[in-house]
Amino acid sequence: MAISKEQVEHVARLARLSLTDEEVRLYTGQLNDILQFAEKLNELDTEGVEPTSHVLPMANVLRADEKRPSLNREQALLNAPDQKDGMFRVPDVFEE
Amino acid sequence: MSPFETVIGLEVHAELSTQTKIFCGCSTEFGAPPNTQTCPVCLGHPGVLPVLNRQAVEFAMKAALALNCNIADVSKFDRKNYFYPDLPKAYQISQYDQPIGTDGWLEIEVNGKKKKIGITRVHLEEDAGKLIHSDQGDGTLVDYNRVGVPLIEIVSEPDMRSPEEGRAYLEKLKQIIQYTGVSDVKMEEGSLRCDANISLRPVGSTTFGTKTEMKNLNSFRNVERALKYEEERQAQVLSEGGTIVQQTMRWLEDQGRTQVMRSKEEAHDYRYFPEPDLVQLHIDEAWKEKVKDSLPELPDARRERYMSSFSLSAYDAGLLTSSQKIADFFDQVTAEGADPKSAANWITSELLGYLNNQGKELEETRITASSLARMIQLIDQGTISSKLAKKVFKELVEQGGDPAKIVEEKGWVQISDEGKLKEIVSDVLQANPQSVTDYRNGKDRALGFLVGQVMKATKGKANPKMVNQLILENIGD
Amino acid sequence: MSLLKKSLKEIHNGWKNGDFTASDLLDASLKRIRETDGNLRAFLQVDEAGARRRAQALDQRSGEKGPLVGIPMGIKDNISTEGVATTAGSKILEGYTPLYHATVMDRLEQAGANLVGKMNMDEFGMGSSNENSGFHETHNPWDPERVPGGSSGGSAAAVAAGQVSFALGSDTGGSIRQPAAFCGVVGLKPTYGRVSRFGLIAFASSLDQIGPLTRNVEDAAYVLQAMAGHDPLDSTSADVEVPDYVSALTGNVKGIKAAVPKELMGDGIDSGVKDRVNQALEVLEDLGAVVEEVSLPHVEYAVATYYLLAPAEASSNLARYDGVRFGQRAAGENLIDMFSRTRSAGFGEEVKRRIMLGTYALSSGYYDAYYKKAQQVRTLIRRDFESIFDRYDVVVGPTTPTTAFKLGEKTKDPLTMYLNDICTIPVSLAGLPAVSVPCGLSDGLPVGLQIVGRPFAEAQVLQVAHAYEQHGERLPEPKLGGDTQ
Repeated sequence: MAISKEQVEHVARLARLSLTDEEVRLYTGQLNDILQFAEKLNELDTEGVEPTSHVLPMANVLRADEKRPSLNREQALLNAPDQKDGMFRVPDVFEE
Repeated sequence: MSPFETVIGLEVHAELSTQTKIFCGCSTEFGAPPNTQTCPVCLGHPGVLPVLNRQAVEFAMKAALALNCNIADVSKFDRKNYFYPDLPKAYQISQYDQPIGTDGWLEIEVNGKKKKIGITRVHLEEDAGKLIHSDQGDGTLVDYNRVGVPLIEIVSEPDMRSPEEGRAYLEKLKQIIQYTGVSDVKMEEGSLRCDANISLRPVGSTTFGTKTEMKNLNSFRNVERALKYEEERQAQVLSEGGTIVQQTMRWLEDQGRTQVMRSKEEAHDYRYFPEPDLVQLHIDEAWKEKVKDSLPELPDARRERYMSSFSLSAYDAGLLTSSQKIADFFDQVTAEGADPKSAANWITSELLGYLNNQGKELEETRITASSLARMIQLIDQGTISSKLAKKVFKELVEQGGDPAKIVEEKGWVQISDEGKLKEIVSDVLQANPQSVTDYRNGKDRALGFLVGQVMKATKGKANPKMVNQLILENIGD
Repeated sequence: MSLLKKSLKEIHNGWKNGDFTASDLLDASLKRIRETDGNLRAFLQVDEAGARRRAQALDQRSGEKGPLVGIPMGIKDNISTEGVATTAGSKILEGYTPLYHATVMDRLEQAGANLVGKMNMDEFGMGSSNENSGFHETHNPWDPERVPGGSSGGSAAAVAAGQVSFALGSDTGGSIRQPAAFCGVVGLKPTYGRVSRFGLIAFASSLDQIGPLTRNVEDAAYVLQAMAGHDPLDSTSADVEVPDYVSALTGNVKGIKAAVPKELMGDGIDSGVKDRVNQALEVLEDLGAVVEEVSLPHVEYAVATYYLLAPAEASSNLARYDGVRFGQRAAGENLIDMFSRTRSAGFGEEVKRRIMLGTYALSSGYYDAYYKKAQQVRTLIRRDFESIFDRYDVVVGPTTPTTAFKLGEKTKDPLTMYLNDICTIPVSLAGLPAVSVPCGLSDGLPVGLQIVGRPFAEAQVLQVAHAYEQHGERLPEPKLGGDTQ
C-alpha cells in the first residue's frame, strides 16, 4: 500500500476537506490504485534530467510600476458570502 | 556566568515602496479605507493571473546588493500553500529555492566590538491582508488592501549571541534598507516586521540547541525584550534539566511574556512548488550593474568618509549617518559652504536634540540646509555669537527664514566695535573690583564672571572673543 | 438547413449580402437550443436577454464587419464572463458573478461574436465525460445513451447539434480534442502560450489552454485568429507573431512529412478507431504527404506523469475556494470548520479525489518521489517530440482510443477513465498545438484524427486538417442534432 488510511486523513486535513468514513475508505483504495500506477515512472532513470515546470523558454516577463484602477468597495464585496463594515466577514480565527 | 551560549537568528520582512502591488496595478498606499485598493487579481478571483512588477524586482535586488548578497543569475517564484482568510489564493507567491539574493552580511557594533552577521538570503514575496477582530465578538473582518504589497524577506544566519546583538542587527538592517530607499521601514506601520529564532547551547558546544520562534515583534525594544525573556526562560528550563520544545510563540507585549502559538507537530506543510503562472527571472550582469549603480553611499562607507575627510569623531559620524535624511542634510549643509566640523556640531547637538525632544522628523521643521549653512557662516564671520546663534537656530527650525535677516530684525548682531566694547569692559571692571583682585590672585574663574557681566550688559551681543581679549589686556599682568 | 450549420464564411457572406442580421442568427440559435437542449443539456445557462441586447447592438454597428460579427457562440463555463454567472461546472461557485471578462471574451466581443450562454463541463475541467459536472450530465448528439466526452463536453455537443456556430473549450489533457472527437466536430488546442489564459479558471496552470470547437477547420482558423496573440495580463502568453491562419488553408499537403507514433496505434486502441485513422492516413498519402511510423518511447509514461502534475497544480489552484470572498459557504463552528465544510460540500467526488492526490504528491517527504519525478519525465516526453519534429512536420494518430462510451460506463473506476486520455495527454505535456478532425464513423459513432504540430505551428496543423477534411470522409448529421426543419 502506497498510502495508508491515516495518511489519507492527514492529506484531507491539509486540503481542508472533511471526509466521511466512507469517503476515506473510497479514496484510500483509489489513491492507492493511482499511485501504484504512477510507480511506473520509477522504471525510468531520471538522474540529472532537468524538471519541466514551463514548456516555454521565457524569462523576465515584467510590468511597469504603474497604477491601474481598483474596484470600488461595493464591487470588491459583491460576491462576498458575508460582510460587515466594508469588510469580508469570517468566523473567528482559532489557532490550530 | 551563564553556562549557556545564546544563538539568535532573525527573519525580517520589509514592505517595498513601489507605487503598485507586486502582481497587479492596485495602489500600495498606506491607510486607505478597507477594501478600496483591490482588484480581481489581488482578491484571487477565479481565472486571474499575476504579472510581476519590475520595480519590486529591482528594489529587492537593490536591498540584496546593499546587504552584500550575491544576486542569482536565475531566480524563480514558488507557491507556499496554506489556508488563512488573509491569503486570498490560499497560497502565497514567494521564493523557495532560488531567491534573488544569497550569502550576504552586515556589520554590527555592540559595546565597541564590531562583528559581521551573515545573511542567508533575501527573497521577494507578496504580503497578506489584515484581519480585524470585531469588537462585538461576531467574527473576524478582513481588509485586503495590503494583500499583494511587495515584501522582501531577509533571513540572517544564526550568528547573533545576545539579545543586544539581535537588536543591533535589526537597527543596522533598518538603517541600510532605509538608505537604499526601497522601503520606508516603519515598524509602527508594519512596513518592517521581525520574527526571531532563539536557542541555547552549553558554552563550547558546536551543535545547535532546540530553537523556538517568536512572531511579529513590533518594535526594536520588543525584539530585545522578547529575546531576553525567552533567553531566560530557556536557560531556566535547561538548568532544571528540562528540554526545550520546538514551537512557535507569540510575544505578549503588555504581559512581558511569550505564549505558545503552535508546536512542531502542528507545523505547516507548505507544499512549495514552482509557480506555473510566472516565468523565471534571468538576471544578467548588465542588469545587476544598472541596479548597483543606483545604490547610494551606504551608512558604513559614509561614516568612514566623514571620519577621514572631515576628521569627525566616530561617535559624531555615527550620529550623522544614523539616518540617511540626516546624513544627506549634513552633506547639503557642507556643500553650501559651511565648515564641516561646525555643521556636524550643530546637527548632532542642536538639531538632533530638538528632533528628539519634539518627537519630530526633519521635514516637519522649517530649517533648510542653506539656512543652517548661512547661519554657520555668520558665526564664522563674527556677525553673531555662538550664544545668539542658538536663538537664531531655534528661529530657523520653528519659523524658517534667512538667518541674516533674522539677526538684523531681532537686533542680534554681535558687537565687535572695539571702542564701544572697551567702554563697557571698563565699566564692568570698575563695578567689580573684587573679581579683578581675585583674578590677579590666581582665581581664573573670575575671568569667566567678568566676561559674563559684559555679555549681560550687552544682552549677549558682545563678541566674546574680543571681550575676553579686552579684559585680559586690562587686568592681565 | 439551420443557419448555424453553415460555415462562418457562408454566414458572413449572407450577412454582407444583407440576407440576415445578428438578431436572425441569435433567433436561429435560441430556436435550436429550445428544440434540442432538453435532451442534450449542453448549456448550464442561456443568457437570452444579454444575447438579445448584444445582437441588437451589433445590428446597429456600422463599418467594417469581420467574419465573427453576430455569430452566436457558446463559452465553456470556466471562462470568465463579466456580469454573466460563471461556475466552472462546480457547485462551490454557485452565485458567483465575475467582475471581469477573460481576455478571449474581450477579443471575441471586439470581433463581434455574440455570447449565447455558458456550456456544461466536468467540474473545473476534471473529467472526460461531463459526468463530473456539478449540475447535470450532457448527452452525446450521436447517441443520447453516450457521453459527449469532456471536459468541454457541453461545448462539443452544442456545436455538433448546431445550437451555436462555435464554442470555446479549454484543454488540459485533452479536454477540447476528446469531446470534439466524440461529438464529430473540429477541436483545436493551441500551443501553450498562444492564447491568453487570463480569465480561464485554472485547473492545471502549466497545461491549460483555451481553444475553439467548430463545425469545420476553416471556422477554427477564424476563431483562433480572433483570440491568438500576446496578452500582457498573462505572463505565460507568448510574444510570438500571429500568422494569417485562414490563408494557410491551401488544401495542399504535398511533401509534408507526417509521423505516426506506433505507441498510439497499439493494442490499447480500438480496431474500429484504428481502421478510420489508417484510412485517413491513406487520404493524406494520396494527397502527397509522406507518412511514416515512428516511436515516442516515453509516451507510455504520459498518463502517470499527467495524473501527478495536473492534480498537484489543481490542489493549489482550487485552494482559493474557501467560502471567504465569493461562491458558496457552509456554516462552521469556527474558521477551519467553515473552510472544510464549504469545500467538502462544494466540490464533487472527482475534484476531491484530485485535490487529495495532488496535495499528497506535493506534501513533505513525497515531493521528489512524485512531483519532481513527474516533471523530469515530462522533460523526457518533450524531448521525444522534439526529436520527431527534427525530421517530421506533424505527428498524426487517433485522438482517442475509443469512440464515445456509455454514460456510467467508467465512473466506478477513475483509472480506466484516465486512460481514455492516453493519446491527448502526451501532447499537452509537451505544450504542442493539436487539432482533432472527424475522420468517419465507427459503429455509427465519430472518430477523431489528431494532428500535432511544432510549437506555434497552428497554421500547419490546420493546413493538414483542412486538406484531409476536403478529401476525407464527411460525417452525416448526428441523430439528436439532425435537422428537424
